[in-house]
Amino acid sequence: MSRVPLEKKVLSENDRIAAELRARFREHGIFCLNLISSPGAGKTTLLERTLEGFPPTARVAVLTGDIQTDNDARRLAPFGFPVKQITTGGACHLDARMVERALAEWRLDELDLLFIENVGNLVCPASYDLGEAAKVVVLSVAEGDDKPLKYPAIFFRAALLVLSKTDLLPHVPFNVASARENALRVHPGIEILEVSSLTGAGLESWREWLETRRRAARAATAAPTNPGRT
Amino acid sequence: MHELSIANSILEAVRAEAVRRPGVRLLKVGLRVGELAGVEPEALSFCFDALVSGTELAPLALEIETRPRRQLCRECGRTFRVVDYSIVCPDCGAAETRCIGGDELEMVYLELDET
Repeated sequence: MSRVPLEKKVLSENDRIAAELRARFREHGIFCLNLISSPGAGKTTLLERTLEGFPPTARVAVLTGDIQTDNDARRLAPFGFPVKQITTGGACHLDARMVERALAEWRLDELDLLFIENVGNLVCPASYDLGEAAKVVVLSVAEGDDKPLKYPAIFFRAALLVLSKTDLLPHVPFNVASARENALRVHPGIEILEVSSLTGAGLESWREWLETRRRAARAATAAPTNPGRT
Repeated sequence: MHELSIANSILEAVRAEAVRRPGVRLLKVGLRVGELAGVEPEALSFCFDALVSGTELAPLALEIETRPRRQLCRECGRTFRVVDYSIVCPDCGAAETRCIGGDELEMVYLELDET
């Protein structure tokens, strides 16, 4: 009997495709984000409010994942931007291969902002890199303020936490200060925004957050990658 | 739960190794799972056994080593385990520490019988 070292990441095939996607997004100056939350935290409604705020010329697109139905794509299509539903048929998360396939018919040079709405699940999507520039975790105040401690993997990996449904705060025992503190304990660098898609409170900060990163992604592409080349 | 897909990815990699080593019997695969990996070791073991059972790989075993979150202190350079989410350096009290491990999801070794 002998033991041979492997030292191989379990999801190395997913990571390989994700790295290819990331390189393509960078090449086209696309800011791609991966929206993750438990079911019903308000990802689709946040996207509806976000899309309705863009001018018709905005170069925005959405991939939306669900286990069944194309309800989300139908909700997001009326805003006039490219939307595609990924139906996973049972899988509890999106993986890089699904995103690669869904993007096959789109021209990336016509986009500079791509939203990927993951399957509603606070656990599994955290493990799968989709080539995004940032993961955004949405936590509604209808859930518990201790969720960051219970599901640390996603809060650890997310660049931004959106506390959603803040219009419900007068009616629920959710403690915003403690939610913030818990998220920062798991991930000291995480940014936090409070948003109500219903009243519009906080949406301006969210749009600014997106716009800053969209511009940075475009600027990075416009800048010469090889200073020695003329 | 995504443990079934994770177990499937492990078996795909193991099968690739099996093709590379004809005539060798694979006994065990060693896995490293960090506490931030978002993978539940018990559920993973259950799914792994279910997928292996009845296949040419049976009775391949899975051994999981769990890894805690580790931080490196930027001030004094000490590496420490994170307990109860406190990332403050236990030695010098500095709050500026950097995560250096705990999200592993890696296959570490393969145990085989070459006789």
